[in-house]
Amino acid sequence: MHAALEQQQSGQYNQICTRSSSPAEAEACPAQRSRKPRRKWQVFPGRNKFYCNGRIMMARQTGVFYLTLLLILLTSGLFFTLSDCPFLASNLTPAIPAIGGVLFFFVMGMLFRASFSDPGVLPRATPEEAADLERQIASCPSGPGYKPPPRTREVLINGQTVKLKYCFTCKIFRPPRASHCSLCDNCVERFDHHCPWVGNCVGRRNYRFFYLFILSLSFLTLFIFAFVITHCCCFGGGGLSLTRPRTVLEVVVCFFSVWSIVGLSGFHTYLISSNQTTNEDIKGSWSTKRGKDNYNPYSYGNILTNCCAALCGPLPPRSAGSGWDRLGQAGSRDRLGQAGSRVRPGLRLSAGRGTPPPLREPQFNNRLAQIMGGITSSFVHLSVINIIIFRGKHLDIL
Amino acid sequence: PLKNTNICFHNLQELRHSASLATKVFIQRDYSEGTVCRFQTKFPSELDSRIERTLFEETVKTLNSYYAEAEMIGGQSYLEGCLACATAYIIFLCMETRYEKVLKKISGYIQEQNEKIYAPRGLLLTDPIERGMRVVSFFHGRLFTAQNLGCKCDEKSSRCF
Repeated sequence: MHAALEQQQSGQYNQICTRSSSPAEAEACPAQRSRKPRRKWQVFPGRNKFYCNGRIMMARQTGVFYLTLLLILLTSGLFFTLSDCPFLASNLTPAIPAIGGVLFFFVMGMLFRASFSDPGVLPRATPEEAADLERQIASCPSGPGYKPPPRTREVLINGQTVKLKYCFTCKIFRPPRASHCSLCDNCVERFDHHCPWVGNCVGRRNYRFFYLFILSLSFLTLFIFAFVITHCCCFGGGGLSLTRPRTVLEVVVCFFSVWSIVGLSGFHTYLISSNQTTNEDIKGSWSTKRGKDNYNPYSYGNILTNCCAALCGPLPPRSAGSGWDRLGQAGSRDRLGQAGSRVRPGLRLSAGRGTPPPLREPQFNNRLAQIMGGITSSFVHLSVINIIIFRGKHLDIL
Repeated sequence: PLKNTNICFHNLQELRHSASLATKVFIQRDYSEGTVCRFQTKFPSELDSRIERTLFEETVKTLNSYYAEAEMIGGQSYLEGCLACATAYIIFLCMETRYEKVLKKISGYIQEQNEKIYAPRGLLLTDPIERGMRVVSFFHGRLFTAQNLGCKCDEKSSRCF
């Protein structure tokens, strides 16, 4: 389809016909030969997995996501199907399974939405754009006076100086609040953290789903925990008293497992109300320890406005946030541009010849994810075991 | 032999596909107002001889205003957000978000601008959504039309003979 063009002798610029034709008519042109078009997600350079013809987008490692699913389904399944819920429904009120059911479906819905949607990935620069940026960088060398080093740009936002860094992998200057996720190998807008529990990065487009997921999950776990306690203590009859040390220990452990999720919700509520990301909070970007005049330029100043902006603000659609329609077809430009990286999805893009080695981002998001994952997993594991023990005691199995 | 493999540009779609053969000018984002989508209105020097400054600035300013409208946080966006949350976001299967509606308006506007202003001057403006709202790019270069090729193109059916 793409052959050499004749150079116009006179060098004049000619009118371009802008009327669009249908694809069928375009095919009729004998000079055009189109090979089988590839979808954009098939040539996506990052380390993501796609399902359902590009509609579902997740990180490479999804094992922990299946664990999350299993834990939630197991805990809820035990509560709803075994004698707890039917017992309470008949003895207290049938509203209990109703509310529990609604909460459960909301939790699952938010989990799927957070896991499967595009977090706001920034598409990599085309070769021409990268070359243009390189030219711009080369033309302003860092002189002796106070000038930012060539691979950074400084921008004044709301009176606060923000540094925009150059991403060697994506070959772009990252917008403010964007960060490069080393696990997914993408730059993500308003990057919060990479959550292994959800199996995806948490960024601009799925932060609200993530927040609603942990919030509703904390309500669900509290709900289950409270009613299991009620069932065992108030209706359990003999054999279960809070004065026995084993029981106390179990209640305490279960409480802590619930606490970790509730604690996480509380932490994110704080982040939302101050309009910060986890990434910024860990690095202390807007903390007053860095300087007296340091403040968060993105905050609206008002807690309510910050919350509304984060949760009820406009949601950029899939093709907007990531800049490409995953279901659309990769243009030849994309094919040419991404040819080098199309070989295998797992292949990391090299920084290019002649450029300095890529700067390693501090692995905060990675480490935090691991720590959080470790604590939460042990607590949630124990909570499930404890619910089983509670049940077992009640049924005189253990 | 070269003549047999030449192609006629009948529409913008084809132009975009062979854009690697044209020169590009990139307009970057303006982050001075935060993370809101805005493009720099600074006139690039490469376009100096191709287009009038005022026309360019007007295009970029209109685009900026459309994006500001899309991302505006106000009563309507709150209502949409709360309604969506209450229905667990299922409502978006039936309804288009306001952002999507504005994006459609923007692509219509860009198409119109290309037809009226940029194409006659041998330029092509791309929709920033294709590049993640990072840049607005202008293609310019030595492109030629069907007439110059000696191609007897039937305008109505846009087929190449």
